[in-house]
Amino acid sequence: MSTAEISAADPAPRRLASARGSGLEPVFHAACFMAATTLLAALGGVLVALAIGGWPAIAKFGVGFLTNVTWDPVQDVYGAAGPIVGTLITSALALLFALPVAGGVAFFLVELCPPALRRPIGTAVELLAGIPSIVYGMWGLFVFAPMFAKWVEIPAMAAAPADSIWSTLVQGIPNGSGILAASIILAIMILPFMAATLRELLHTVPAQVRESAYGLGATTGEVVMKVTLPYVRRGAIGAVMLGLGRALGETMAVTFIIGNSHDFPKGLFDAGSTIASTIANEFNEASGMQQSALIALGLVLFLITFIVLALARLLLRNQARL
Amino acid sequence: MALSAARIGRRRAQNALFVGFCFLVTTLALTALALILYSLLIQGVGGLNLRLFTMSTPAAGTPGGLINAIVGSIMMCTLAMAMALAVGVMAGTWLAEYAGESRYGSVVRFLNDVLLSAPSILVGLFVYEILVAPFKGFSGFAGAVALALLAVPVITRTTEDVLKLQPTSLRESAIALGTPFWHVVRTVLWRAASSGIITGALLAFARISGETAPLLFTALNNQFFSWNMAKPMANLPVVIFQFALTPYSDLNQLAWAGALIIAASVLAVTIIARFVSRDPKPS
Amino acid sequence: MTDPAPESLTPGTAEEVGARAIAPGTDNSIIEIAPERIKIDVQNLDFFYGKSQALKGVSMSVARSAVTALIGPSGCGKSTLLRTLNRMYGLYPGHRATGKILFDDEDILGPGVDLSLLRARIGMVFQKPTPFPMSIHDNVAFGVRLYESLSRAEMNDRVEESLRRAALWDEVKDKLTTSGLGLSGGQQQRLCVARCIAVRPEVLLLDEPTSALDPISSARLEETITRLKSDYTIVIVTHNLGQAARLSDYTGFMYLGELVEFDETANMFTKPVTKRASDYITGRFG
Repeated sequence: MSTAEISAADPAPRRLASARGSGLEPVFHAACFMAATTLLAALGGVLVALAIGGWPAIAKFGVGFLTNVTWDPVQDVYGAAGPIVGTLITSALALLFALPVAGGVAFFLVELCPPALRRPIGTAVELLAGIPSIVYGMWGLFVFAPMFAKWVEIPAMAAAPADSIWSTLVQGIPNGSGILAASIILAIMILPFMAATLRELLHTVPAQVRESAYGLGATTGEVVMKVTLPYVRRGAIGAVMLGLGRALGETMAVTFIIGNSHDFPKGLFDAGSTIASTIANEFNEASGMQQSALIALGLVLFLITFIVLALARLLLRNQARL
Repeated sequence: MALSAARIGRRRAQNALFVGFCFLVTTLALTALALILYSLLIQGVGGLNLRLFTMSTPAAGTPGGLINAIVGSIMMCTLAMAMALAVGVMAGTWLAEYAGESRYGSVVRFLNDVLLSAPSILVGLFVYEILVAPFKGFSGFAGAVALALLAVPVITRTTEDVLKLQPTSLRESAIALGTPFWHVVRTVLWRAASSGIITGALLAFARISGETAPLLFTALNNQFFSWNMAKPMANLPVVIFQFALTPYSDLNQLAWAGALIIAASVLAVTIIARFVSRDPKPS
Repeated sequence: MTDPAPESLTPGTAEEVGARAIAPGTDNSIIEIAPERIKIDVQNLDFFYGKSQALKGVSMSVARSAVTALIGPSGCGKSTLLRTLNRMYGLYPGHRATGKILFDDEDILGPGVDLSLLRARIGMVFQKPTPFPMSIHDNVAFGVRLYESLSRAEMNDRVEESLRRAALWDEVKDKLTTSGLGLSGGQQQRLCVARCIAVRPEVLLLDEPTSALDPISSARLEETITRLKSDYTIVIVTHNLGQAARLSDYTGFMYLGELVEFDETANMFTKPVTKRASDYITGRFG
C-alpha cells in the first residue's frame, strides 16, 4: 500500500453554480411521460379509428350486422355473422387441440425430461414460438392441405354413415381447406407459445412444494395435476386466455386455408372465414360501404380480443412477468 | 392404515397414462414442428439462387428474384425499430423510474401488455386510417409506423423489467454524488441495463420482420425496386402472401424461398438475442 | 483508542460525567461540542416513514475533521439518521423529516436548498459496493465532470490523487481503462470511496461500508478511513462495535429512534452513562 500524501485541506474546488445538466431534468421527465402517453394514445387511437371508420356500416345495419349472414358487395348488404362465428369456432377448436398438447409438453419439460435434453428441447420450443405465422400459413396450404384431404377428409367422408351426425359433421369439400384444417394449423401455431408460457409458469412453483408432494408418495401425474397445476391455476387460466387472444387475431395462418366463404360452415370440412381473413382478403379492393363494413368487423374483433386479453392480464398480474 | 393394492394399482395405471400422454404429445408436437421446418427447408432451398438477391419480383413466367422485397423489408423494419426504440425505451424508463405506484402508471402498464398481444391486422387498419387514407396513398413510411406500433410494447416491457432489476444502491450512489436524475438514467442505469435493452430490441425486431397483416394496408407492395418510402414499398411478407396464392409454380417457388429467408433471419436474430442476454460480461 | 474492556464497565454517575450533559426531559446523555468545532448540527430531528416515526427528537453535533460513529441494534434508526444528512430520503414519497440540520450554519432541511450541490459537499458510501458500468477512470471522474471543468491532465491528476487516498492506486494504475466491475469486492468499495472523494466533499457518510467485505479488505478500508480523517468529517454507521471503537472519535448510541447516548468514544466504551448503552456495549442485547 502506497503512502498516500494527504496534504493539508485541499482548496475548495471551483464548482459550477449547479450540476451540469440539471436544467434538463424536467425536459427528460416530460419526454419519458410523453412516450408513455403515446402508448395509451395508440391503443385509444386504434379504437377510435375503428369506430369512426366502421360507423357508417353500424349505423346502417345496426345489431343486424352481427347476426346476418348475407355479405353482398353488389347489393351493398353486409352481415358479419359468418366471419364472427368462424373466428369463434376456429379459435375454440384450436385451443381445444393446442391446450392438452401444450400442457403435456410443459409437464414433460418440467417433470419428465432427462436433464440433458431439457435445454435443447426447451430452447427449440421457444425458438419455434418466434416463427412468423405466414410460414405456418404456407405450410398449411402447400403441404398440410393435400395430406389432410387425402388421409383424413376423403376417408372420413367416405366412412361416415349417411344421414347421421357424422355425415353432417364431415360435410364440405375435401380439398384440404376448411374450418377444421384451419383450426389445426392455428393450433400448431399457438402451441409453442403456450407451451413456453405454461412451462415458465410451472417453474414458479417452489421446489419444496413439489418435493413435499413427492415425499408423500404421490406419483408424477398426481403431483402435477393435484399440486403444481392448482398452485398456478390463476396464471394457467391467464396463459390460456393469452393463447386464445392470439388465436382470435391470427391472420396469416388461417387465411390460406380457411376457404373464404361468408356463409356459416355446414360441416368441419366446409369453407368458412374469420374476421381477420375476411379483412385481409377484401380490404384493398373494397370501398365505400364495404370498406366501412370491414372496419366495423375489425371493431368487433378489437372488442372481443380486448376483453379476452384484459382478463388474461388481470389473471397473470401477480405472476412473474410473462 | 391398510393400503389397498387395487388402489395403488389404479394410481400406477393413471400415472402411466399421464406419463405416456406427456411423452406422446411432446413427440407429436416436436414432430409436427420439425416437419414444418423440413418442408420449409426443402421447398425453399430449391429457390435459392443468385437471382434471388439481384433481381426484383417478376410477373409470372419471367425470371426474377426478391431483392426489392428484401431491401424494402429491411428498410421498413429498420425505420420501425428506430422509432420504436425512441418511444419504447423512454416509455419503459418512465414506467420504471418515474411512475412509481401511481394509478396512471398501472393503467399504462396494463394497456401496454394488451397492445402487446393485440391482433396486428387491426394496427394495420388504424395506420391506414391515419396515414394512408388522408394522403390517398400507400407508403413504406406508413408500413414502418405500423411495425413500430407492434414493436413498442415489447421494448417498453423489456426496458421496464430490466431497469427494475438494477439494485437501488446503484441508483442511490449516483444520486449521492449530486447527479441530476436524468443523467443517472442515461449514464449509469441505461448502461447497466444495456444488454437487456438490446435483447428486447432484437426480440422486437424478430417479431416485426415476419408480420404480414399490418403491411397489407399500409405499405402494400411494389413490383419494382424502389428506395422511396413515400410510395408503396415491396416487402417480403406481402410478396409471399401474394405469390403463394397465385397458381403459378415459379411464383410459388419464390414464395417458399422468401419464407425460408424470413424464418432463417428470425431464428438468427432470436439466437443472437439469447446470446446477448446470457452473456455475463462484467461491463 | 482504548479497547473496550467489558468487565470493567459500570454506568457512570452524573458527577463522573463532568462535561457530559443529560438531555433535559429524557434519560439520554448527550455531550456538547464547542461550536467552532461543529460541522453539522442536528437539532430536534423527527423522521417519518409514512405514518410511523423512525427518529424522535434527535439532537447531535458532528465534529469537523473527526470520525463520528453511530451504533445501535437493528432498526434503531442509525441508517435513517445518516440518510437525512444528505437528504437521500427525498427520493421516496412519504418519507419526511422535520427539525433542523445545520451544515455550516445553513439549514439543509430548509426550502430552496440545491440538493445537487449539497450532495457534492457531502458524499456517501453504501454497504454494497456500487461501481458504475464504466472504466475505473470514468468511475472516479464521474462526479467531478458534473461540477468542474478540468483539462484532461488536471482530470488525470485528480483521478490519481483520489485513488491514492483511497489506497487503490497501486492496484489499478495499469488498468484504469478497464471496467470497474472487474475488481474484487474490497477494491470496488475503495473505488466507491475514491469516487466520492474525487469531488472534494467536506463530509463523508459511510453506511456499514465493510459489512459486505472479507476481513482483509475490511482492514484495508479501515486504514483508509483513518488516514482520511484529518481532511474530512466522517460519519460512519456500523454494526461492528470493535470497528467503532477503533476508528471513531465520537460515538452515538441509538435505540428505537432516539439518540440515547453521545460521547467521546473513549468514554463511551469505558464509562457509558446510560444503562441502555452499557447493556448494548457489553453485549447484553444486540
